[in-house]
Amino acid sequence: MAEAAIELIGIDKSFGAVRANRDINLDIERGTIRGIVGENGAGKSTLMSILYGFYQADSGDIRVNGMPAVIRAPNDAIALGIGMVHQHFMLVENFTVLENVILGAETEALLKTSIARARSELERLEREYGLEVDPDAIIEELPVGLQQRVEILKALYRGAEILILDEPTGVLTPPEADHLFRILRQLKEQGKTIVLITHKLREIMAITDTVSVMRQGTIVATRETAKTTVEELAELMVGRRVLLRVDKGAANPGAVKLSLRNLTIRDSRGVTMVDDVSFDVRGGEIVGIAGVAGNGQSELIEAIAGIRPAVSGTVMLDGRPIHVTSICDPGELRDRGLAHVPEDRHHVGLVLAFEQSENCILGYHDQKQYLKGPFLDGDAIIADARTKSRLYDIRPSNPRLRTANFSGGNQQKIVLAREMEQDPGVLVVGQPTRGVDVGAIEFIHRRLIDMRDRGKAVLLISVELDEIRSLSDRILVMFGGRVVGERGPDASEGELGLLMAGVEPRDAAA
Amino acid sequence: MSNPYARLPGWADYGLIPLVNLLVAFMVAGLVVLLVGENPLRAAVILVDGAFGSGPGIAYTLYYATNFIFTGLAVAVAFHAGLFNIGGEGQAYIGGLGVGIVCLAFDHVLPWYLTFPGAIAAAAGAGALWALIPAYLQARRGSHIVITTIMFNFIAASAMVYLLVDVLKPPGSMAPQTRQFAEGAQLPKLTWMLEAFGLSLRSAPLNMAFVLALVLAAAVWVLIWRTRLGYEIRTFGFSPKAARYAGISETRITVVTMMISGALAGMMALNPVMGDQHNVSLDFVSGAGFVGIAVALMGRSHPAGIVPAAILFGVLYQGGAELAFEMPAISRDMIVIIQGLVILFAGALENMFRPAVQALLAGAGPRAAAVVAAKGGDA
Repeated sequence: MAEAAIELIGIDKSFGAVRANRDINLDIERGTIRGIVGENGAGKSTLMSILYGFYQADSGDIRVNGMPAVIRAPNDAIALGIGMVHQHFMLVENFTVLENVILGAETEALLKTSIARARSELERLEREYGLEVDPDAIIEELPVGLQQRVEILKALYRGAEILILDEPTGVLTPPEADHLFRILRQLKEQGKTIVLITHKLREIMAITDTVSVMRQGTIVATRETAKTTVEELAELMVGRRVLLRVDKGAANPGAVKLSLRNLTIRDSRGVTMVDDVSFDVRGGEIVGIAGVAGNGQSELIEAIAGIRPAVSGTVMLDGRPIHVTSICDPGELRDRGLAHVPEDRHHVGLVLAFEQSENCILGYHDQKQYLKGPFLDGDAIIADARTKSRLYDIRPSNPRLRTANFSGGNQQKIVLAREMEQDPGVLVVGQPTRGVDVGAIEFIHRRLIDMRDRGKAVLLISVELDEIRSLSDRILVMFGGRVVGERGPDASEGELGLLMAGVEPRDAAA
Repeated sequence: MSNPYARLPGWADYGLIPLVNLLVAFMVAGLVVLLVGENPLRAAVILVDGAFGSGPGIAYTLYYATNFIFTGLAVAVAFHAGLFNIGGEGQAYIGGLGVGIVCLAFDHVLPWYLTFPGAIAAAAGAGALWALIPAYLQARRGSHIVITTIMFNFIAASAMVYLLVDVLKPPGSMAPQTRQFAEGAQLPKLTWMLEAFGLSLRSAPLNMAFVLALVLAAAVWVLIWRTRLGYEIRTFGFSPKAARYAGISETRITVVTMMISGALAGMMALNPVMGDQHNVSLDFVSGAGFVGIAVALMGRSHPAGIVPAAILFGVLYQGGAELAFEMPAISRDMIVIIQGLVILFAGALENMFRPAVQALLAGAGPRAAAVVAAKGGDA
């Protein structure tokens, strides 16, 4: 058995009454890739934050390479050879790669000498690990895959022997993710230890040597990856059996409910985000839009939902136009039967400071059943929230609880309950399961299929290709603001991945 | 997990922390008093005795507090929509113009109880219109409301100087103020209220405007937490993106909220103009608009917090005046320093002691912490 690079012994951490980590014991062997999976709130991020010095454990010990270690701040972790690649990159966007790499590790008072030394060191690292990046490129001009490479280089430059990656593939295209995995394997062969935090079980199966499953603050199992299955891991994460594939019948498309023609959208700087997009969504079908984040999907659904003006083009709802070229009243669209589950539930779909019951009427607060003259009908609103909590299994069932205190999955159910219970003809859904735990994903998918089966038109955007593939009856792929292809639900992941990366497969008909 | 601190129970959030902040403010103020060679303890006794020690003292304290309730509510309503109305000073000043016009027109023909509603409407209307222009500029032209409301304070001050000197001043008078109002435009004093406690009012100016201020405090609570408009104001204040998503018009909420805020500030003029001086004079607002910002901050933009915070500032004004009188070493400016310290610790640095208080409460053991968290969840 190889020597342990990291040993965590009896780690406990509470935030107020919440025990985020309880009695965690974890050995990670040197030169291996360890996956850590768990639902949101299972304590993965807390555990890694303790290891990287953002938090202090309430009790327990950390050993690094067999030596007891005290990690009070990220600098202590770096000194021990622990590096972290965050989910949201910590890069200065208008600095060069080189400037970002030495940020915080400048050795001299004058930048010039540091930079010269850093350049040669960076070039050595790039050669050694196959991590080519132009040291003089400006970060914001690099694609995300390369930005992530810079994050890895930053950690290696600081002498990291142990690398923690937090949800590293969330923003990558499938080819970029494959490339990342090749880099990680190479790092492993050079003797580095890698900890991979993710909720994507297929990635765990593809890359890790061993995997630990966390649930409710404890490690419930550690398995050799070769000897486990996705189904077993999912069951361990949730604590019960989970249906990973949604079973659904064939679609039965009816009349066109939503119709887009030549829609073009520019952002506030005048950059074209959506470029001449046309498509239809019929009643009784789910149309999925696949694409890497930032290729115009978000702007597209915001324009359809009336919260972002388009430059030109038309959108028809049930055969009647929506005034998309000026900001129109989203309230009017709701009245006409278009419901919208926004991508960003924290800032758009919900007001986190509100009580749950107040969020249950957001956007519908001018409906008669919630009002008594100019006053809100408190009893009716609470009763309404209770009904929705029951129908959508929102926990805890407490209409007076602040929305921020619900878990991500339950917050999303609050939004879905609000929008679906209006029985809209068209449902526009963005990232329905982002940050949502496995158990709730199953429930949400089931509900979306139900909508379809009741003859509603559903337009779905998601960065999770699996979700798009398992829910959609037709898949549109967006790249650079254009719809670059349409495929059926049986399209292979590889084919969609190439389209998402802007590469037209040779055999595809234009 | 995004917030590593547990929420505090209501009594700590709204009681303990303001109290700690206040104590620290007074301790630092005590050091200042020590520096000028006076006894801080004696100064504190004079301050409190000046504010609460006699019938007229209490009446003066509540008279000043009345001003601050109006302006504090004005700032708070705008806060709920995420708007920072610094123009309370100017809105109150222009509100005084409205009051003055109604009083000058009707004081000889109507009794006070008929003049009063007219004056309320005129004060509110004038203040609201003065706030409308910055609100419109923000909503439609993107001019920041902090900048425009500050500028409108200066415009109001200049306009009022012109009006008082050139238009409203009676012929032959040397003073830049309107003529004295007749009895029909004088608000009755609240003599009965103090007499109920066996105290006398004497010449102190506590008047009906105090009752109006309390009624408005309740009305603001209803508006913000119990009406559809209040719901829309809060949605917009917490998250403009969510408001747009919900079909709430940014322009409408900005304009309506600022007009309500301006109306509340404008009504402040009723207190000194109709209740005390019985004329409109230069600079009668004397900073109450700005104190309103501190009052709203300290009162957490909640009427139940604003009323006590306004009374606290009333204590500082009234007790401070006594203090400057009793201790010549402590000048008017020193009182302003003490008020500034209260604003600093209770407003700007209000969260300074929060982590310590949280650690203290959490340190009382996991059981206590659990109770704390459970209560926090209900609050």
